[in-house]
Amino acid sequence: MTQAVANALDELPPTRRKLDRDDWLMRGGICLMIGWLGLTLILPLWWLLSKSFQNQGGDFVGLDNYIQYFSTPALFASVWNSLFIALLSTAIVLPLAFTYAYALQRSCMRWKGLFQGLALIPILAPSLLPAISLIYLFGNQGFLKEWMFGVEIYGPVGIVISQVFYCFPHALMILLAALSMADSRLYEAADALGASKTRIFFTVTLPGAKYGVISAGFVIFTLVMTDFGIAKVIGGRFNVLATDIFKQVIGQQNFEMGAVVGFVLLIPAVVAFMADRIIQGRQVALLSARAVPLIPKPDSGRDNGLFVFCSVVGGLILVLLAMAVWASFVSRWPYNLSLTLNNYAFGDFDTNGWSAYYNSIEMAAWTAVIGTLIIFLGAYLLEKTRGFKAGRNIAQFMAMLPMAVPGLVLGLAYIFFFNARDNPFGFIYATMAILVVNSVTHFYTVSHLTATTALKQLDHEFEAVSASLKVSLLRTMTRVSMPVSLPSVLDISIYLFVNAMTTVSAVIFLYSTDTKLAAVTIINMEESGFTAAAAAMAVAIVATSATVKIAHLLITRRLERRTQAWRQR
Amino acid sequence: MQEQETPARPKPYLRIERLKKQFGNFWALKDISLEIFPGEFVCFLGPSGCGKTTLLRAIAGLDIQTSGRIFQADKEISNLPASHRDFGIVFQSYALFPNLTVAENVGYGLVSRRMRRVEIATRVTDLLRLVGMPDSGPKFPAQLSGGMQQRVALARALALSPGLLLLDEPLSALDARVRAYLRMEIRHLHKRLGVTTIMVTHDQEEALTMADRIVVMNQGVIEQVGTPLEVYREPNSAFVADFVGKTNLLPGIVVRPGLVRYRTMDLSCSLDIKPGPGSDVTLAIRPEDVVVRNVDANAENTFAVRVAEIEFLGSFCRVGLSINGDKPALLADFSINTVRDLSITEGMDMLVGLPSERIRVFPGAPKQL
Repeated sequence: MTQAVANALDELPPTRRKLDRDDWLMRGGICLMIGWLGLTLILPLWWLLSKSFQNQGGDFVGLDNYIQYFSTPALFASVWNSLFIALLSTAIVLPLAFTYAYALQRSCMRWKGLFQGLALIPILAPSLLPAISLIYLFGNQGFLKEWMFGVEIYGPVGIVISQVFYCFPHALMILLAALSMADSRLYEAADALGASKTRIFFTVTLPGAKYGVISAGFVIFTLVMTDFGIAKVIGGRFNVLATDIFKQVIGQQNFEMGAVVGFVLLIPAVVAFMADRIIQGRQVALLSARAVPLIPKPDSGRDNGLFVFCSVVGGLILVLLAMAVWASFVSRWPYNLSLTLNNYAFGDFDTNGWSAYYNSIEMAAWTAVIGTLIIFLGAYLLEKTRGFKAGRNIAQFMAMLPMAVPGLVLGLAYIFFFNARDNPFGFIYATMAILVVNSVTHFYTVSHLTATTALKQLDHEFEAVSASLKVSLLRTMTRVSMPVSLPSVLDISIYLFVNAMTTVSAVIFLYSTDTKLAAVTIINMEESGFTAAAAAMAVAIVATSATVKIAHLLITRRLERRTQAWRQR
Repeated sequence: MQEQETPARPKPYLRIERLKKQFGNFWALKDISLEIFPGEFVCFLGPSGCGKTTLLRAIAGLDIQTSGRIFQADKEISNLPASHRDFGIVFQSYALFPNLTVAENVGYGLVSRRMRRVEIATRVTDLLRLVGMPDSGPKFPAQLSGGMQQRVALARALALSPGLLLLDEPLSALDARVRAYLRMEIRHLHKRLGVTTIMVTHDQEEALTMADRIVVMNQGVIEQVGTPLEVYREPNSAFVADFVGKTNLLPGIVVRPGLVRYRTMDLSCSLDIKPGPGSDVTLAIRPEDVVVRNVDANAENTFAVRVAEIEFLGSFCRVGLSINGDKPALLADFSINTVRDLSITEGMDMLVGLPSERIRVFPGAPKQL
């Protein structure tokens, strides 16, 4: 019937809409976004891929490098090592983080705010920090070395413990969100039907948080798989993919083999990313608008049990943190435990001294400012305009890609791409700019999703109203959408700042002597045996991130108070 | 409507020609043609998914049609973007900018017009007075009730004195009382300003009370265009009869011109019957047209029924009547007076009549709803 109608009436030509200034602005903006991600993500990765098919002279050698890789047991063993570490860490973190999140969201335990704050601190630290703390605790000169019963902390044990510490807050955040909303009517119904608490947990609670658990699992797996710093510091002779890339590229200057390992590392990250996307796509809204929020009721047995659990987990986090802080102030571990500030005189340990720290701040600040601008604008155009479907789809797809690309792989790709002889953008190589560009792109996806979520909450007709009032898109964005989403804009900039401050893997290949970063100095100083100075630098980074984060909280709170008049509802 | 019948009919303000809109494989609008005259208040009425909002958005240029032409004030606007068209729009969600005050919202379009600040302030004050909220300028939208927010949205839409006012289900998000009140307000405003207005609604009562003309839509086509009275009294399809007001739709077979068999009864219909003898038809009669007073057993279209159920609806009762002891087959609305005078109670047997000039006959058996 529809076909008949269509055929019978196909007389008038299709209407082609004329474009106004806003349309051109939108198209231009989306093209710029595609250009940015193409230049800073797609092309470098393409260069990396082509490099892996070349020999050192730059001739195409087909799969030779790959064949060599898979037939060298020493190299290939890293694949299994990495998978083993990633799976084990995931298996440990998931239940811990789930129980912790459950305690925070679904119990009447005491000191919830304190426990939540404590558990999220590791996010502000470079991944190296727990590894350094572990060395102080259980390393060759660790004061709890006997507790290890002769098992070396350098190797898989140290890596897994550090990864658990490092990944815990990332998983916790996802699970907190997954457990934050629940329909109390479901629980009342289950109760009324006489279901036991265990049965309710397995039939109502767990299914409700299923997608969060799966997502958290993939996030941990990918984080561990692609993290470089921990394995470098505490891995000993235990090789993983991330350290292999480093060894091939920096140690042996074998860029082609580095590219091969990079691509091998990209595979699990991409697979995990796609699997998560597919599974999340199946998620349907479990909570209707009419849901009645669940408010946990006191239950002394459960609450006390969870309190003990959280105290233990939180305590361990605190111990690792405190260890690094303490170690950074100790004169000469373990012989002279008197306190000193000497370890913070970074100039004595590394030629860059404090300048590396200031470089980090500068880099993080630029990343926050430029990144927030680019990412919010891009998200705004994709979310709030219509038409230009082809460009829109490409941009949307490209915005999701950075999540699947490990920092180390991106960094390596940048070496190839920006170092290429004919690249007109080659001038940014070995400058602060390349570090900023790399960080913006590396952390693009999460920021993009944050911006998109915030923008989705705005009325969809703002732009339609503006068009009817002949007001330009830009004005409506700056006058309405941006101010209303200001809390999310701040969230994004803080996320970018903290990540740029703490990242190692993305920048380890890209710094020059003038632009060396704090997190990189940690590795250098640790390598040179200045573990206390490394700990001090890690503490300096945590302190900076924490200060920025607290300032952010205060600003957000003030902002909310100031805008109360129009936010109240 | 008389205008259309006089030979020198006025020029339409808005002319829509063969408009079609496709979403994937789905045709949301199938060849829509329509004319709207200056100063008219027109309602697009239909169930959700009938294409009424799609049509409105095409007129606004917010979602351009797949093909077809639109003329506004003699100018073709078919392919113009929304920003180049002349209209004001009000949405169900109000879409007020939450971080701007009421005055800033109303003046939002004026600011970019290079108007002097004093002029803007005066215009905003006038507009706020127009919608009956002279003192609300410094407030934020969140501090206002839904009805007040919608009035601000209306003032904002009128700020640039548009030639066409588009209202997309403006009252659907409001409480019943506020809705009834605002209905009159918008109507008065329209009378005062005379701006050509199109309102989309799924609420037939809203359309009947507010519109000069109603455009009834279903599945991407226009079922009927007419004044509220025409659409109600002379629906030209079973769909319209059922969607606008309450209607009994009964299955029948044409016996001969003017006579239709319903069950075992032959009912005469004074209106023209198009389908030939033997074809399936749908008989439509409104509940309020079922007669119970002074019914003569020997008159045409009269038969015995039993009162199966009575639903009290305030000023009248809706009575379910069963024929031959079956489930209720016919609904009738009796005034409270009638119910009292005839002491109608459940289980009672009585005679009812269906006036032959009130029965409408549509081709095809009734669709199961």
